[in-house]
Amino acid sequence: MRDQRLWTWHLLAGLVILVFLGLHMGIMHLDVLLGIFNPKDPHPVAWANVVERAKLGFFTVSYIVLLGAALFHGLYGLRNILFELGLGAAAKKGLNVTLTVGGLVLFVFGSWAAWAAGALAKTL
Amino acid sequence: MLENKGHPNRLGIWGWLGGGKWGLERYLYTLHRLTGLGLLFYFLLHIFVTSARAFGPEAWATSMGTVSGPLFVVGEFLVFCAFAFHAFNGVRLGLIELGFAIGNPIEPVYPYRTSVHEQRPLAIVMMVLAGLVVLAGGLDFFILH
Ligand code: HEM
Repeated sequence: MRDQRLWTWHLLAGLVILVFLGLHMGIMHLDVLLGIFNPKDPHPVAWANVVERAKLGFFTVSYIVLLGAALFHGLYGLRNILFELGLGAAAKKGLNVTLTVGGLVLFVFGSWAAWAAGALAKTL
Repeated sequence: MLENKGHPNRLGIWGWLGGGKWGLERYLYTLHRLTGLGLLFYFLLHIFVTSARAFGPEAWATSMGTVSGPLFVVGEFLVFCAFAFHAFNGVRLGLIELGFAIGNPIEPVYPYRTSVHEQRPLAIVMMVLAGLVVLAGGLDFFILH
């Protein structure tokens, strides 16, 4: 039951990633073809572009959503792969705790960075 | 999740990588797994590299400086390709797991047919779409820049 529920979240997270990572890849790597959200400099990762995006609340929110979705989706995927090795109960438990705590720490750190970059950009 | 107790993988690495008699979709499975792990590895580093923007322009420049150069361009293109494949194949898996595009149930009459025949067109369409996105990426990465 619990695995079925987590799997549904895994699939839903995949959909969220599809939308926001699709946009992210379009901005960063199809920059010449699409030319979106890089108002200040032809180079997508130029500081001036980073600041312009960070000023928009949309990017702060969507980066945090993408961070959470990708962490859950990726770490749950890794858990599935490792569980296929036929781990014992204690190893499974340890892995669950490690991945959950690790994922939460990265989520808090990355969310803070997205928020702090937005706050910094608004002062510039 | 499948329990594999009692069904050990006697073929070792080849049992994991090889398609055996299962064909195209079995290779897509292997690639999906490889790209998933590759994307996860990149993404975990990416969180730290890009968080430098919270510390201002100098920290950002230092951070971007450590991940620039031709080797990183090629590496980023590989990440882009992994994304294109994993995304389209992921949509295919999601559709199939929810019961779309696998055809209707049929009587199990010999010679048995599997739903793989019904699924194949979706796999081909998704791989063509992923290929087109990879081509667009290659154009942007290496020719237009
Ligand atoms: C682009 C949008 C994405 C979609 C639509 C997507 C979809 C999927 C689907 C449907 C599965 C298989 C689930 C199953 O068979 O039950 C999967 C597995 C996986 N995904 Fe993604 N995914 C996406 C992005 C990502 C990203 C960015 C990462 C890395 C952070 C990632 C890491 C993984 C891993 C590690 C697995 C497990 C592979 C396995 O079990 O063999 N995915 N994904």
